[in-house]
Amino acid sequence: MSEIVKITKVAGTAVPIRGNDIDTDRIIPARYLKEVTFARMGDYPFFDERFDAAKKKKDHPFNDPEYKGASILFVNKNFGCGSSREHAPQALHRFGIQAIVGESFAAIFAGNCTMMGLPTVVVDAKEIAQLMKSVEDNPRTEYTVDLQSKTISYGGQKIPIELPETYRTALTQGYWDSTTLLRANLDAVKKTAAKLPYMTGFTD
Amino acid sequence: MAGRTLYDKIWQSHSVGTLPTGQTQLFIGLHLIHEITTAPAFDMLRETGMDVPFRERTFATIDHIVPTDLRKRPFLDPEAEELTQALEKNVAQFGVEFFGLDSMNQGIVHVIGPQLGLTQPGMTLACGDSHTSTHGAFGTLAFGIGTSQVRDVLATQTLAMDKLKVRRINVTGEMGNGVYPKDVILYIIRRLGVGGGKGFAYEYGGPVIDRMNMEERMTVCNMSIEGGALVGYVNPDQTTFDYLKGRPHVPKGNGFERAVAYWKSIASDANTEYDDVVIYDGKEIEPTVTWGINPGQSVGISEKLPKPEESVDPDAVKKAYEHMGWKPGAPILGTPVNVAFIGSCTNGRLADLRAAAKIAKGRKVNPSVRALVVPGSAEVKKLAEQEGLHEVFIEAGFQWREAGCSMCLAMNPDKLNGREISASSSNRNFIGRQGSPQGRTLLMSPVMVAAAALNGKVVDVREYE
Repeated sequence: MSEIVKITKVAGTAVPIRGNDIDTDRIIPARYLKEVTFARMGDYPFFDERFDAAKKKKDHPFNDPEYKGASILFVNKNFGCGSSREHAPQALHRFGIQAIVGESFAAIFAGNCTMMGLPTVVVDAKEIAQLMKSVEDNPRTEYTVDLQSKTISYGGQKIPIELPETYRTALTQGYWDSTTLLRANLDAVKKTAAKLPYMTGFTD
Repeated sequence: MAGRTLYDKIWQSHSVGTLPTGQTQLFIGLHLIHEITTAPAFDMLRETGMDVPFRERTFATIDHIVPTDLRKRPFLDPEAEELTQALEKNVAQFGVEFFGLDSMNQGIVHVIGPQLGLTQPGMTLACGDSHTSTHGAFGTLAFGIGTSQVRDVLATQTLAMDKLKVRRINVTGEMGNGVYPKDVILYIIRRLGVGGGKGFAYEYGGPVIDRMNMEERMTVCNMSIEGGALVGYVNPDQTTFDYLKGRPHVPKGNGFERAVAYWKSIASDANTEYDDVVIYDGKEIEPTVTWGINPGQSVGISEKLPKPEESVDPDAVKKAYEHMGWKPGAPILGTPVNVAFIGSCTNGRLADLRAAAKIAKGRKVNPSVRALVVPGSAEVKKLAEQEGLHEVFIEAGFQWREAGCSMCLAMNPDKLNGREISASSSNRNFIGRQGSPQGRTLLMSPVMVAAAALNGKVVDVREYE
């Protein structure tokens, strides 16, 4: 919260999770929200899709040794819809994901990711299909998500990425952890509050 | 000059300034917290030595993990007990008013805010829960937020926000027999898609919405987020003012008159130009039931399940059938039901319980069905009992429970088992949502849930009306 960390580039291998409208209940089942800290969330992403009732591993990209160590996640449309639980991006981040590339993201999820310094960037449907194919063909492919040039590059290819300019500035200038920024304006906050009639119970 | 929307007006009056990121620093008038999404936020305050400068604008309750049968402390679930103790410690240390289990004000956070008159038109409101959009029914800009944002509101009473566009959704005509607000919002989500509201605030209006009472408007606004819209609201009107008058946190006497004048002033102007407008005919809406794994996958009760190849997203339909076990083209009518759940921030209010009790009265729950009624708050429970609704439900074979979120997300002991199929008045049919990874959820209105409970299968509630 005090030290400014600028996030401009994420480089590494990738892992694909196919499907539209993957909700945060699937990313992290609600029972794990009973823990009082985020510390163990990295053990739980997609838990019920990765393990059966006897905790035996199922087929899932996050269980696949081919994708071990991946830092970039490829997804399709409306990823992270549903519950506002920050436990979902916390789980992915603590599992090792440092950037998510997809067709689109749900609003609360994308905001939560940005505030943790986890970029969510958008490419079009054709390009996400190409990226998913490239990583499935060769899981050792190295990708670089560059927030300054707004591209993702791999093996001589360069694809444009999109993200809201405010998120890009927050990440690349190190303002993503917003509390310090907001708290610096407490005097102005008090002035705004004083002008709102409900703050004084509608007295004159 | 073009008029302004309620969204624009509230946004402007609550803007503190522009941040270096280009985002707006937005003042938050009311902050509601509960046990699930707050503990790490308080930890971060402690680590950095920050206080809560507007502590009188934050209210806390406990709802998600509360057992609805035996509420005795310590809870049988040690994790639930630990989380509750963490909240109790945090609200005491930071001086936040707390409605605990022994308070008559305890209940689902989105039920108690309006009930206490904390939620008011023209405010901004935030809560670490995506169904915060519920409060938009009052003409409030209400944001569901994550834990880092909860920390920001605690530490600064503001959020760093990007402005949304506004989509006006007009529902014209009237609702047919047996059709309820739940059907209206399920219909809207089906038409606009679960991601269709991305980047928009939804402003609901038109004759069908205008005629709804506040509880009904809350049901509609509640599920805005299921359509991908961060915010949903209805412009405040006489129905809103009448509901608020006399509630504990609403000003009295001259103060109330001044409040009403302010509330009227923040409604969208008549000549507003919206970023988008959609119009639906209320008569087109049937009692609606979800068949899939997101709230956009629904059909009217007389329709058949869609064929993947005729859908815009065949893979999504196939994935849903794979989990649910249905066949394309089958009717939704007659689908077996093992569990019936009436409750949640969507449909756990007095009007919902009254409507469901009307169906249940003098009839019996099918012996194959486990049926629960979970009031949305301790107050709803008390009022329902004063009317004898609990006796109607118990007589019919429903379990009558204490207030909480319960089987909406199954963080307490109320869960589906195995492949059970639930008829549920809640808001999400995601895989695993109701506590069993293999469980299946059919979302519908509380009267449709009551009718399904009696029959052990999905039926058309219009047969009862």
